[in-house]
Amino acid sequence: MGETDSKGRGWALLAPALLWTLAFFIVPLVIMAVYSLWERSGMKLIRSVSFVNYDKFFEKSYFVGSLVNSIEVTLTVTVISVVLAYPLAWILAERVPRRWQRAALILAILPFWTSYVVRSYSWLLVLSEGGIISNFLLDVGLTVEPVSFANNRGATVVGFVHFFVMLLTLTIYANLSQLPPNYRRAAADLGAGPVRTFIHVILPLTLPGIMVGAFLTFVLCIGDYITPQILGGNRELLLPQTMMLQISRRSDFPMASSLAMILMVVVSLAYIASARWLKLERV
Amino acid sequence: MPSKLSNLAAAAYALLLYGFIFLPVLVLITFSFQESRVPVPPFDGPSLKWYQAVLGDRRLIEALFNSIGVALVSSTVSVVLGFLAAFSLARYALPGTRLLQGLLTAPLTVSYLIIAMGLLVTFSELGVPKSLLTITIGHVVINLPLCFAIIFSQMGEHMRNAERAARDLGASEGQVMILVSVPMLWPAIFACFFLSVTFSWDEFIIAFMVSKFDVTLPVEIWSMLRSGLNPKTNAIGSIVFLISFVMVLLMEVVIFKRRKA
Repeated sequence: MGETDSKGRGWALLAPALLWTLAFFIVPLVIMAVYSLWERSGMKLIRSVSFVNYDKFFEKSYFVGSLVNSIEVTLTVTVISVVLAYPLAWILAERVPRRWQRAALILAILPFWTSYVVRSYSWLLVLSEGGIISNFLLDVGLTVEPVSFANNRGATVVGFVHFFVMLLTLTIYANLSQLPPNYRRAAADLGAGPVRTFIHVILPLTLPGIMVGAFLTFVLCIGDYITPQILGGNRELLLPQTMMLQISRRSDFPMASSLAMILMVVVSLAYIASARWLKLERV
Repeated sequence: MPSKLSNLAAAAYALLLYGFIFLPVLVLITFSFQESRVPVPPFDGPSLKWYQAVLGDRRLIEALFNSIGVALVSSTVSVVLGFLAAFSLARYALPGTRLLQGLLTAPLTVSYLIIAMGLLVTFSELGVPKSLLTITIGHVVINLPLCFAIIFSQMGEHMRNAERAARDLGASEGQVMILVSVPMLWPAIFACFFLSVTFSWDEFIIAFMVSKFDVTLPVEIWSMLRSGLNPKTNAIGSIVFLISFVMVLLMEVVIFKRRKA
């Protein structure tokens, strides 16, 4: 078998996956980028390059505001999720007997594996007027009328936190369970108490797990349309919602494309900001 | 040794969080057995009438089979293309291997929403009609990088020796791949397939944006939400959850077996 012959075979095996990625991922992104520079005027698509959509984005508080809302919600969700998930991951790694850890972890992330649509709908059942929480408050006498906790930012945050607590428990647990016990022993030998050991030894060593989870949370959260649409309602819009409205109400593909481009830029910035902590292979 | 008090606090916290995680799922499932028309307390079941309603809903059943079809086809394509690419990049010294690796895994770093938007403008620009085929194409885009990355990471040195031995004994490249590499990678391939099926089964935004008349189950459920809370939505939601759950357990069994071996 000759050298070029073998190279040719290598390319042939790679070709289907490569072509698929080029045709249905790279090319669509390029077309989307081009679309974002076109303009929809009335019923017509004006195919000439301009930055009119981007100008519109920065001029109208409707658009910029939705980005600000998205970033606020995403940061809130990321912080709450890390704070809630860390102790759970720690308990799983430190307090649950080894042989039960995997089962406990799988149980903790089971609802993670169901679709956004079903999960958000389930939270609607819990939060809506007459739902479980409203009913509970009526029963204990904290309220005399059914109350609704849905259709606002709080509901969106709850729906998101539910999902990302599971994701972060997974990434932080993976990190914690790989720590050799020697570090802790060394810290104890040197006279550090459990609190100091945690702050100076365990926490820094689990930073990669936290950062990978937080980054995934940021990316998945800021790009999700379902949770804010089902739980948050239309009173306050997040960026994916304004984007979908451009498509469904106005068929304004160029404007929607420019919003998608802006979303991509925001995610890239988040990546650059957290890149030095992101060593994906460690998780 | 941790003190009793801290053990108690840990157990209480874990219980609280498990409660938070399972609350919506339990509510969903419980009220799928509701007797009356509204899935909120008080619970007046158990009744199976909403499951009957699901089975009698032709659009839902159609969407269910569409989902299964799209999941099976897109996952098969993803696994096959992912395996071939992994084999190629792990075994042939192609120029720019790292760049090619980066290109193949790039879709993992982009939101589904953006992938969906890109496909939508592309299909509309090229006049490709929205259908189950376009959904399948989109699902391969999201699952192929995953399959490639997982299988690629499993193609270790020990396999290279077995492959070389087979070649020395006169096996052709195709025989090496199918009779040596595939069986050795079987657990990884299996896990990739189930993972892809699960992701495709649950995926909404791409399916929503590139479909029209024939839709998948999450999209059909989405359109049911317009009529508000309804025990029938609980019933189909519980079925969707159950199927995802079975898939994850199957995957776990496969991976667990490999760890033991």
